[in-house]
Amino acid sequence: MKSALSGLLRPYGGWSLRSSMRFNPLTAIGASVLTLIVLLAFIGPLLLQNDPLTVNMSERLLQPSWQYPLGTDHLGRCMFSRLAAGARTTLGIAALALAAVTLIGIPIGLLSGYRRGRIDAILMRIVDAVGAFPDFIMAIAFTGFLGPSLTNLMLSIILVNWIGYARVVRGIVLAEREKEYVLAARAAGCSSGTIIWRHLQPNIISPVIVLAALDIGKMILIIASLSYVGLGAQPPSPEWGAMLNDGRPYFQANPSLMIYPGLAIMLVVISCNLISEGVRDRLDVKGTVFGKGGGAR
Amino acid sequence: MLQIIKKRALQLIIVLFFLSLLTFVLMKLAPGDPVLLMLEADTFAVTQEDEDALRKELGFDKPVIVQYGMWLLQLLKFDLGYSYLKGKPVLEEIMYRLPATLQLTAGGLFVMVLIAVPLGTLSARYRGKLPDHFSRIFALTGASVPLFWMGLLLIYLFAYKLQWLPMMGKGTITQMILPSLTLGLGMAAEYSRLLRAGLLESLSEQYIRAARARGIAEWRVLSLHAMRAALLPVITVCGMSIGSLLAGSVVTETLFSWPGLGTMAVSAIFERDYPIIQGFVLLTGLLVVGVNLLVDLSYGLLDPRIRKPKGELS
Repeated sequence: MKSALSGLLRPYGGWSLRSSMRFNPLTAIGASVLTLIVLLAFIGPLLLQNDPLTVNMSERLLQPSWQYPLGTDHLGRCMFSRLAAGARTTLGIAALALAAVTLIGIPIGLLSGYRRGRIDAILMRIVDAVGAFPDFIMAIAFTGFLGPSLTNLMLSIILVNWIGYARVVRGIVLAEREKEYVLAARAAGCSSGTIIWRHLQPNIISPVIVLAALDIGKMILIIASLSYVGLGAQPPSPEWGAMLNDGRPYFQANPSLMIYPGLAIMLVVISCNLISEGVRDRLDVKGTVFGKGGGAR
Repeated sequence: MLQIIKKRALQLIIVLFFLSLLTFVLMKLAPGDPVLLMLEADTFAVTQEDEDALRKELGFDKPVIVQYGMWLLQLLKFDLGYSYLKGKPVLEEIMYRLPATLQLTAGGLFVMVLIAVPLGTLSARYRGKLPDHFSRIFALTGASVPLFWMGLLLIYLFAYKLQWLPMMGKGTITQMILPSLTLGLGMAAEYSRLLRAGLLESLSEQYIRAARARGIAEWRVLSLHAMRAALLPVITVCGMSIGSLLAGSVVTETLFSWPGLGTMAVSAIFERDYPIIQGFVLLTGLLVVGVNLLVDLSYGLLDPRIRKPKGELS
């Protein structure tokens, strides 16, 4: 554990977006593609005023045109508008879930690592117990008992995924709090809050970003998969996985119904993985901190 | 070793307790009155007496804590209750569906091994060359492509365009191919990289130099001497990721209308057949926790170097 952590332990110096992008084309590509997709998702509807939900049976399964850049689906709805709306749904839910898991996981990790002792023992038992469940089973349990919906899906994702952050942050804090600079800060009369915020926080940010980028990709995959199965977003709401489920009977008539949503998911997830990989490369962190097999890719 | 087993056993108990509590709480929070659901599944007209009698029979008139205890006792006797809709014991239904899921999983693992082993070996042998780049791109795409989309593309290409393979169903060997490919390809992407990393690590060991010095052919060194140590982490991760394998099989089963546990769970969710969902969650949870424990314990047993204390030669 110690040797694996040493790569990301730096006593000083914060994390900066520019320095982590500069030398890594992977991160740059990933970030650009992701930005482009987010831009399209938000600006697209301004350029093209087709409602993603309006059914128009006389214009079903159309080929691409100026009015419908990517054609229309089996109910005559604009594919492009639906994809853009789907991006807002999927990315929005994933961003919300990510915000929640970091807001839960990081403080727990800080508390656990900084206080140690009994609190740490109890919190880590909980983390181990939750960590034993794959997010998919949790998602089945939540959508199964509480009913299929995006909200329940998101709840289950949050419930399982915060532990990654708690674990990583705790590991870093445990190792860092013994260092001289923390001792110096304490000797200088800094409060615990100041030590955590000013001195420990810079060490935590980068690993959290690596984990977050990886997690967002995973979350998007699970949201799309469960929506495809029918347990997440419900039709007619435009979500990429749900769109694939919705249009499946019409794929033979118009394969683009199948191509675009899948391609969208793939592009977003690849971008997230590239960003994560790029930041990790720069940190030269072995995969071990981030759990099984993460570093092998 | 005994210490580890003791610690892990304690952990296992905590996890199982958590699992049971979660299932129970979610079951209680679930919308709809189970008593009415059960009664409505039968064709009789529901009277108040019937309702009260069933409520009493099921123990729903007792405090929640008592209900939880009773429910736990039932679980310990492997009694998972009865399906609301089919009236069949849940355990029986699960056992009936299990073989299909196992068959699919085996198919997926077979495809995974068939692709990951050659690809991982080649990319380790030709590190930084064309096969390595190819496998890297394959791994990145494999980790990013949603499994169900891959399945849809495979169906479109092989079942619709080329009409080589059947679109769905289970029975013949040809119907196994597409689901196995769908499940196996994503895993192959991940494991080929793991195998490559393992091979590269073991190729730098002294015993590989020794083997080469003895004049053993390079392919033998690679496929026998290095492979043995390299497979270990792969098998470990494979055991650890049984959860994602189950997840993949749920999606694959839905795609291909494969009559396994996954389709059972999904249709139970739509039909609000809570006992079936509960059975699925408990069983898969138990499976995942159990396999992880086994993997943990067997880790030291598989590699002779881990078994021996450091510094001691075997």
